[in-house]
Amino acid sequence: MVVCFLIHTVSPVNALSAGESRILYARVFRPETGDARDFTPEQRRLMQKEKLHIVARQVQSAVTLSLEASGNPCPEAVLGEEAAALGEAECGVFSLGNAELFPDRSVVLWLSVQSLAFTLVCGPHENLLLAEGTIRNIARHCLEELRLLGPGTEMLLKSDRVDATLHRLLPHGQLLFLNHRFAFTLDKEIASYGSK
Amino acid sequence: MYSVATESLIKQAREIKEDELQKFYGRVFKQLHAKDLGGDTVDSLQRLRLILSATKYTREIPSDLVTKLQTILCSSSCPEQLHVLSCSILREIFLSVSSLSNLSHDNRTISYVASVVLSQAGKKEHVLPLCHHLLKSLESRLSEGQISKHALSILSRIISVYPDILTDDQVNLVSRKMVDWLRYASMQQGASVSSGGFFSAPRTRQPAPLTEVDGVVTGDFFTVLCVGQSYTDDQWMNMYTFSMIRNWLLTYDTDGTSNAETDDRSEVDSSVMSMVSATSSSSRLLPPKERLREKAFEYCQRLIEQSDRKALKKTDTELQKACIVEAVSIMDIICGEDPSYVYRAFPCIKALYGRLNGDLAYTRALLPIAQFYLNHSETAAVDSEVVFRQLFGHCPAEQFNEPMLAFEFTQFCLLNASTLQTRVTGYRQSFPNLLKFLAWNSPGLISEFVELLPSLLAPDTAIELLHTILDLPCLAAALDLQHRSACYQTSWDQQGAKVAACLDAFRQPSHRGLFLYILRPEAGTGDTIDRLKMLHEILADMAEIPRVVRCAQVIPVLLHVYFNTVTQMADQKLMNQLMLVLLERSSLLYNIKKFNAEVQRVFSTHLQTLCKLYPPLIVDQSRELLDFASSPSNIYSKEDFYTHVVWVIGEYLSVSYDPRCSVELITSFFESLEAVLFEITQVRQSASPPSFSPRLITVLMTTLAKLATRSQDLIPRASLFLSKMRLFARSAPVIACYSEEDTEEIITRAHELINLLKLPNVAQFVLAPAAGVDGPRWHRDTNTSLPQSMRTVSTLLQRHSSLLPT
Repeated sequence: MVVCFLIHTVSPVNALSAGESRILYARVFRPETGDARDFTPEQRRLMQKEKLHIVARQVQSAVTLSLEASGNPCPEAVLGEEAAALGEAECGVFSLGNAELFPDRSVVLWLSVQSLAFTLVCGPHENLLLAEGTIRNIARHCLEELRLLGPGTEMLLKSDRVDATLHRLLPHGQLLFLNHRFAFTLDKEIASYGSK
Repeated sequence: MYSVATESLIKQAREIKEDELQKFYGRVFKQLHAKDLGGDTVDSLQRLRLILSATKYTREIPSDLVTKLQTILCSSSCPEQLHVLSCSILREIFLSVSSLSNLSHDNRTISYVASVVLSQAGKKEHVLPLCHHLLKSLESRLSEGQISKHALSILSRIISVYPDILTDDQVNLVSRKMVDWLRYASMQQGASVSSGGFFSAPRTRQPAPLTEVDGVVTGDFFTVLCVGQSYTDDQWMNMYTFSMIRNWLLTYDTDGTSNAETDDRSEVDSSVMSMVSATSSSSRLLPPKERLREKAFEYCQRLIEQSDRKALKKTDTELQKACIVEAVSIMDIICGEDPSYVYRAFPCIKALYGRLNGDLAYTRALLPIAQFYLNHSETAAVDSEVVFRQLFGHCPAEQFNEPMLAFEFTQFCLLNASTLQTRVTGYRQSFPNLLKFLAWNSPGLISEFVELLPSLLAPDTAIELLHTILDLPCLAAALDLQHRSACYQTSWDQQGAKVAACLDAFRQPSHRGLFLYILRPEAGTGDTIDRLKMLHEILADMAEIPRVVRCAQVIPVLLHVYFNTVTQMADQKLMNQLMLVLLERSSLLYNIKKFNAEVQRVFSTHLQTLCKLYPPLIVDQSRELLDFASSPSNIYSKEDFYTHVVWVIGEYLSVSYDPRCSVELITSFFESLEAVLFEITQVRQSASPPSFSPRLITVLMTTLAKLATRSQDLIPRASLFLSKMRLFARSAPVIACYSEEDTEEIITRAHELINLLKLPNVAQFVLAPAAGVDGPRWHRDTNTSLPQSMRTVSTLLQRHSSLLPT
């Protein structure tokens, strides 16, 4: 099952200093048990947030190295060119090592679209083919509905749309085997979200 | 994308002042109590959510607001957006344990409530009420429409954190429901309400039959690969069940305990009566766990058949691949629990392999098949050689550049390393192919390969492996060229012109042999090639491309792992070969910035280790070492390594380590080193400042002294030479180049050595102690220890003091 889902910045962004990665959206599915030790809820929350930042920074360096090695220039797609941006998106995966951040040897799957990355942290024996399809689907929804290719701030204020998308495509971190009809029905529900 | 506006919005959310925040809370509270929850309310809640999530520190919100949000969360009449928003806000704050259990569990809102409960649950007790509610809803004879669609997903999440939360009875209950959904879901499309157009009244159409992904009408039970315009509730549950069944089986069906027949049998009959299909009647008598296994197995077989169809939509083709992977993995788990399934599974898996083999688009699906073969081919007495030969022989060479495949392949090897080593003959020979994954994506896979490398080490291919590791950056360059050549990549990236020259060289027939060697798929054709230097020169222009540079950065750690492993298994012959490789390759490395220096450092460390483990190496390789040590050119190109070579000579060239060490041998080494030291310390008017570090001088001096103590005729020569060192250290170029401390150190050391050499026996003890002198026995054993000897001597002197001349 998926441990968490993140949307965060990757390549150097004008608004941020180098090496810094800003998390725009985070959803953790696995309860933070704090390794069964007694922590206060505040401490557990702080631990969780810091773990997410560590993951985001690791993804950032993985994305940077991948782009550097492939030597492909980053295409600048604009609003309306979501499909093209997704087509050019780079995908990668690495493992988080033994129980460093999350129990079990988790696997991090990332999809980078220009200066943002969509990251899934999965359990050790996850079906990565399914995870890859899911993350692309979620990214497509986010790009289209939140106008991520533009400079606006919808991502922050309307992040409940991401919640609704995850609620359907990744309920409680469960990857779903959706054929095109199941997906179509869920897409329709997501599209009608928010309109009363 | 991420703009200045976004950044400033986050900063505002983080830095909002406390009084402003309290006012905001008040406003939200009022809005939530208004009759009409409009767009303003939604905006406020969205802002509230942002304020809470923007900072990693907790914010307290007033308890009345919390209560109101909880009410909204649990109220089934609120619009979905309010559910989502209140859910996300409640996840960001802390609810007390009691309020967690107070959240009402209405079926329509249970999924949102579960989100909140799961995010807060630090202990098993916190999720128990939720768990019980879900189980109750599954137990009662509710129609599917009244059970939350997410029930199984929530349960799956709970058991992944707290597997022991369910009792055996509860496990059986859920297993039974899962069987119903997996195997007995409706066979017709869901009734769709169509508006029928502007003029006609809405009417429900006759339910149409379901189709397979290629459009053919489906004839067998419902699975996730069945397509319909709309789905019934139990078909949705079929999809949700399949999505979590692997996790379920891994948690509850792999503890190896056989399930004795329980008296659940009667319950099994009655629960299945509602939806009977044409299965063997005996399966109905199985206990729930075994029944679930049986049905899951049938489901997987059907999926594998269904994935042979040519899907009309791309989404479905991708889903077919994912289904193959999942189905084979589930069958693997089931066969692991009950070997009787192996005989049913193998024909299916073999046929699947035959279908997918050779289709590059399906390579990732071959990995679970290989895992299945690895786990069960012995049980079924099926030959698996062909599968592994294809896997290790072809996949890496053809698809090294696919990051997901590379990762999964490496994980497969890592997971099964010990089995592969012993049972798959081609595994260890395939390291040239496997290392292609690492060469292409060094930063991403290095941690996996650090663990994997020891399993690839075999005594007969160890030397070839060492050469391959040293030439891994060359492999990276060659793969890059191969990839560009295959893709007809004409895009001019930053290294455009240089790479083009290398591409031409790559395509030349005269270089074919070189590239064929470096890109070979398996070991055994030779440790290395004679024309390696030429390959390095051809690829010289590629040495700055990022992929090659990153590859070079991982070589030192890989070498450390190699040496640490090989020294544990090496015999005398292998150690000799390793020593030769160290000496030879120290001057034959692909010229990448800093690569040479780093590799030399590793070589130096392990040269010491090898010699310490097996001191006779020095005599075995005396000729090569003598050649190496006598050329001053080695100092200028690899000073660090040279220094270490001199040091090991001084340390281990001795009769106490090897009886073959003759006086002639010691003398010849002495003379060579003396000549080198003479040449580099010549004090001439026109001498240039020394380009080597002072440490080389001191090591040379000490080594010469050590050799002299072992063949004491050499002591006068050594003393003479050492006395000249003062002159050297005080000469103008040296003073200009070395620091004050260093020159002092050289002079002091020379002085100490001269004095020591005046007392040959003491010198021998200090500079060339016998092996074991640092062991405690020398000092503790009352018969042989030094203190004892000294006491004896002093007693003797005292007792016979009257005999000494006064």
